[in-house]
Amino acid sequence: MDVVPNLDYICQLSQGDKSFIHEILQVIKKELPLEIWTYNLHLAEEDFVMAAEDVHKLKHKISILGMEKGYHLAVDHEENLIKGNVSLKLDFDEILELMLCFIEKT
Amino acid sequence: MNCIIIDDEEMARTIVEQLARNNPDVDILGSFSNAIEAIKYLNENEVELIFLDIHMPTFTGFDLIKTLKNPPKIILTTSDRNFAIEAFEYECIVDYYVKPFMQERFDKGIQKALSFSKNKNVENAKATLNDVNVLYINIDRRLIKIDIPTIKIVEAKGDYILLKTDNRNYTVHSTLKKIEDKLPKDTFLKVHRSYVINTNKIIDIEDNSVLIEKDVIPVSRSNRPELMRRLNLL
Repeated sequence: MDVVPNLDYICQLSQGDKSFIHEILQVIKKELPLEIWTYNLHLAEEDFVMAAEDVHKLKHKISILGMEKGYHLAVDHEENLIKGNVSLKLDFDEILELMLCFIEKT
Repeated sequence: MNCIIIDDEEMARTIVEQLARNNPDVDILGSFSNAIEAIKYLNENEVELIFLDIHMPTFTGFDLIKTLKNPPKIILTTSDRNFAIEAFEYECIVDYYVKPFMQERFDKGIQKALSFSKNKNVENAKATLNDVNVLYINIDRRLIKIDIPTIKIVEAKGDYILLKTDNRNYTVHSTLKKIEDKLPKDTFLKVHRSYVINTNKIIDIEDNSVLIEKDVIPVSRSNRPELMRRLNLL
């Protein structure tokens, strides 16, 4: 895992099956923007517990895209949100932006 | 093994499907994004294993397990290690995958599920065997458990039978025919219209009687050939 998104895990998982790589990327392209949209909505509503749930789900995608540092930040952000603390929001937004750009280009 | 996947995240379901495709022991019957749909399916179909996400909105994986009367084997899939202790409170949970997981970890869980099935089969077989070796008799509205090998003699006494075991005697409202049907044919034999005996308990035999401890039991002429046939005569 690393700071920037990559397909290492997905490629390992595929065992050379290109159709799987295509399939999983399509699913991420579909799910990721929706999950980010829901997360932002819950933040705007100051429903931090639900926002933490959203981060929990996004955390899985961060790990699938091989972002180790991003994953640890997401874990901390999720825990903070449960306590109503949004101090890591901007850092987390950067991770989300990186993922969206990466998925767009892939 | 017939399996289903329950996870609200399509990406997670797609990954499990991919790992399952590479494992010949797994046959995915269906994928469900929520527990309610899955419960409907489980009520109508034979499923041996569920890959179950814990963290789902409104109805968690644990909520689902609690609703199932006779849950199949379950492998939990989660991004959170904190549920591990709670997970193993459920007998049906055979493994716990922390996302993201790879083929090797997936296959290990399947092996656990398969060996869990074999162990269960052995346990069930043992339980069945134990059931075969016991008999429950109704005395004063209580069901008393009798170990069949301890029964020495069953004697008909009008509307009752006297059941003599190694430990004590019981008088039960029943017929000799009824109890004879419940006893294993290889060790119990009707030697007289009023007696069924455990042939393993015979001490000695005379022309028309057998001795079981201190009891002399008559043997009718018609039953004698069968008794003799069962004995390991020198």
